[in-house]
Amino acid sequence: MSILVNGESRLLVQGITGHEGLFHTQQMLAYGTNIVAGVTPGKGGEWVLNGKIPVFDSVNTAVEVTGANSSIIFVPARFAGDAILEAVDTGIGLIVCITEGIPVKEMLLVKHVIHNHNACLIGPNSPGLITPGCAKVGIIPGAITKKGNVGVISRSGTLTYEVIYALKQADIGTSTCVGIGGDPIIGTSFIDILSHFEGDSQTDIVVMIGEIGGREEENAATYIASNLTKPVIGFIAGQSAPTNKRMGHAGAIIEGGIGNAEQKINALKSAGVHVAQYPEEIPHLVKKI
Amino acid sequence: MRLHEYQSKEVFADYRIPIPRGRLASTPEEAKLIAEELNEPVVLKAQVLIGGRGKAGGIRLVKSPDEAEEEASKVLGNRINDIPVRRLLVEEAVNIQQEIYFGMTVDREHGETFMIASAEGGVEIEEVARSSPEKIVRININPLLGLRDYQARNCATEIEVPRSLWRSFITMTQNLYQAYQNLDATLVEINPLVITTDNRWMALDGKIIIDDNALFRHPDYVDKRDISAETPEEIEARKFGLSYIKLSGNIGCLVNGAGLAMATMDIIQHKGGQPANFLDIGGGASAEKVAAALRILLADRQVKTVLINIFGGITRCDEVASGIKRVLKEINTDIPFIIRLVGTNEAEGKQILADANLKTADTLQEAAEMAVALSLESGS
Repeated sequence: MSILVNGESRLLVQGITGHEGLFHTQQMLAYGTNIVAGVTPGKGGEWVLNGKIPVFDSVNTAVEVTGANSSIIFVPARFAGDAILEAVDTGIGLIVCITEGIPVKEMLLVKHVIHNHNACLIGPNSPGLITPGCAKVGIIPGAITKKGNVGVISRSGTLTYEVIYALKQADIGTSTCVGIGGDPIIGTSFIDILSHFEGDSQTDIVVMIGEIGGREEENAATYIASNLTKPVIGFIAGQSAPTNKRMGHAGAIIEGGIGNAEQKINALKSAGVHVAQYPEEIPHLVKKI
Repeated sequence: MRLHEYQSKEVFADYRIPIPRGRLASTPEEAKLIAEELNEPVVLKAQVLIGGRGKAGGIRLVKSPDEAEEEASKVLGNRINDIPVRRLLVEEAVNIQQEIYFGMTVDREHGETFMIASAEGGVEIEEVARSSPEKIVRININPLLGLRDYQARNCATEIEVPRSLWRSFITMTQNLYQAYQNLDATLVEINPLVITTDNRWMALDGKIIIDDNALFRHPDYVDKRDISAETPEEIEARKFGLSYIKLSGNIGCLVNGAGLAMATMDIIQHKGGQPANFLDIGGGASAEKVAAALRILLADRQVKTVLINIFGGITRCDEVASGIKRVLKEINTDIPFIIRLVGTNEAEGKQILADANLKTADTLQEAAEMAVALSLESGS
């Protein structure tokens, strides 16, 4: 077993004819993901990747014809909010949004609609997720992962790669790795994924990679203290970051004293989380458990 | 993007939120002229994008047009916290009966906008939050419903607005919410919002931050961006779509991805060194972009060592290596480079570096240790 993606997943790619969309569709297919359709308004009726994947004008038609049940979004920022809502409207249960730079105002609306429809949105500004040896929905390079029993959750992209690669080098495998996204407003929180991992029989240990900004990690710490029986290893990026400067990610900013690394690390430690000082220390902590 | 006080007040005026009479001056003579027109005591306010402007001498109350000219000449052209003052807002001095804090911003946890108010106006809200959190009122606004009148009224009662001013408070709050929405703001703040001695509302200060991701909908503001508080490196970096922040150390960092860039800075510090900057080249950077980033690092005289940490996903290691090689051909530098490349096209990238006689580190930990050792060797 694994979380969110499995053998039953029938994936739809929104923005499939774009440069990024097409490239990663190919990568996901090569990894073994079951991709059944693509959507690009105005290009319905075409086929991409040597006739492997049909393209539709709307999510609605794509779902009707192919029975797609999950979607990944590579649509440019100014149209991405609309793309998420279109997928929600069709009843798709899992939506993964890779796009970075969606306006906050748009995301506030999207988040409320998602909540009312009980859909699951991963992202935006997420690298997606991967269940090694089974499927990947996103852009995490397959070659740096290995199948195993460690569940990984993260707010960033390449830092996540660093961690799963370090785990692989130490011969430790991953059950599922989920990038929840680096934006201030995201669909799925650490807590949602933690609860999935707690209930997943393939996951024995959880690695949680946070960063400065917001109170996500503090909330996760509270949740871990009273709900998680599995051991958790944590890491927080941005211990050396100055206040009031946005560190690349729109979400990574220490404002008015809220969101600094020290508070997050203390909260995690008091919840019994083993906190690593740098990414490559994580495999050592996993081995100690 | 943060707006100046005078720009924020222009927005307030457009949305019928009362502001003091006044205008912008860029010379002492103009300041005098405006003071003469207003014909009462005026306040001179330096238009710089920093907090604590008052304490640093950027706000002055003057009694006459001559005094306005004299004081303006002391502030204009000088620096406040190292930022040059180019413009002053010259405004009528207002007689205050009551000061309030009022703002709207994003509640990340609940995914909503919230209204925040306090009867303790004029001081920083973070200060009030620390000393007397019970004096702060927070009311969340459902994005699908918008701000409702009862919410504004509840806010008014909580912060003890006199009943006679409830109606005008509700109207003003609704107008401010419209401005917040239409401008794609992530923060609007009026501190202080005052009730004058003759029972009128007035916004004495204003701060608005527009969501950078929504600036494409506000092209008029893009041209108005004030870059006087940014370093030349930061301005250059933005031109190339790089995310760069200058710090105080001597190890220049070049990394792909914000999280990894922060983790790289952290490990440098953990190993006893100091990062000179945060620099994220983003995903899929070309050799040109890498070269631009490296030129920015090398232009910083504080940089004694360069640490490049690339984990290639979309980013290709050979593109990064080509960019490094290109810069080293055009710039003759003694600064040592520590390079760590992993991921997409790693072998090709390492070959390019080997051909250029550049050494690589295998792990982030090793790279950080090497960079710190070199930075300490090069001395202070």
